[in-house]
Amino acid sequence: MGRAKLPRKSTTIDMTAMCDVAFLLLSFFILATKFKPPEALKVDTPNSVFTKIAVDRNVVMITIDKDGKVFFSVSDVNRSEKTEIINDINTQKNLGLTDQQKAAFAKNPVAFIGVPFSQLKQYLSMSPEEQKHVAMSGIPVKDSTNNEMVDWIRAAVGAFQGSHMNILVKGDNASKYPSFQGVIIAFKKNDQMKFQMVTNPVAVPPGSELWKVNMASGTKAAS
Amino acid sequence: MAEMDTSSGGGHKKGPGVKKGKKLSTRVDLTPMVDLGFLLITFFIFTTTMSQPTAMPLYLPKDVQKPEDQNKVKESAVITLLLGKQDQVYYYEGIDPTKMMSSNFKAIRDVVLDKKRRTDPKDFVVVIKPTQDATYKNTVDILDEMKIDDIHRFAMVDITPDEYKLVLATEVANGIK
Repeated sequence: MGRAKLPRKSTTIDMTAMCDVAFLLLSFFILATKFKPPEALKVDTPNSVFTKIAVDRNVVMITIDKDGKVFFSVSDVNRSEKTEIINDINTQKNLGLTDQQKAAFAKNPVAFIGVPFSQLKQYLSMSPEEQKHVAMSGIPVKDSTNNEMVDWIRAAVGAFQGSHMNILVKGDNASKYPSFQGVIIAFKKNDQMKFQMVTNPVAVPPGSELWKVNMASGTKAAS
Repeated sequence: MAEMDTSSGGGHKKGPGVKKGKKLSTRVDLTPMVDLGFLLITFFIFTTTMSQPTAMPLYLPKDVQKPEDQNKVKESAVITLLLGKQDQVYYYEGIDPTKMMSSNFKAIRDVVLDKKRRTDPKDFVVVIKPTQDATYKNTVDILDEMKIDDIHRFAMVDITPDEYKLVLATEVANGIK
């Protein structure tokens, strides 16, 4: 019996269109990605369920590394405030910094203070390359009679007068509480009762109270 | 799409005796290229969403000297959480630290929620006291726990020397170094 022969169809598909789409998306993601700026210090931040993204303008950042050393930095967009802060510290503490040394803090986008006032002049005389390799001892905070963070925060409050200052604390998981406590004392002494801590977002545990609240209000936001 | 017109254009005829070169197909298999493209896309999608840090706000209580300025809380509505070394949490209800109980970060949620159910919501206060042995992670974790448990009134205060002694004694009793 004769059977009608089915024409055999080719299984090759033209991949060109798919390839176009793939690379279009790829170029979009490459261009949209904002790479993290190189960090002078590696800090593993803790997790939290908060979903509000950390701000990056008008930021006074207090970093606590894994050994409990405390560092002070200001966001790069606020160069005029940075200049004011270093001028203020210079006059307050009689450090006798030259304009060049002041600029080493104010003009350097990743300027990072992690030394006591006594070593500040020497630290700021170094080139940015040398600064990267020098071992910093951290700003003294643990001793209640010599909490230098108080002066830094005071200078920052003065410099940011009239505009909103965001205080961010970025602490390492392994750092001990006394460093953080010293930083909190410095905030309290300057009447800065509100600050934010940098965390990595994690999902809200299902079944928890917050989860129920979020379900009831129909939003995912937990800020 | 993927192939190009390789035939000699313009209908120009080659002369006699000129050998025709074998026409090679210009069709390229694009499948590996598509694979690679999507692999890179997935990589970029994952890296972009992961590196966005979030911020946890914290409001500090004002230090007041005069006792009449202090916030009054009901004894029965207070639970105090003490953070010790090795990720341990100790807690007591009311104002008697000697009734201290041991717990950890996994079990503390039930303790807090149990207390929350038993107390009037408008009086309920959680007091957090990290010791000097607690890590920064412990502190943030317990503040996060307040958020997860939907507790609005909590305060982070310094530990008293007596409480710290009790924490140390409990740690010795539990064999935590």
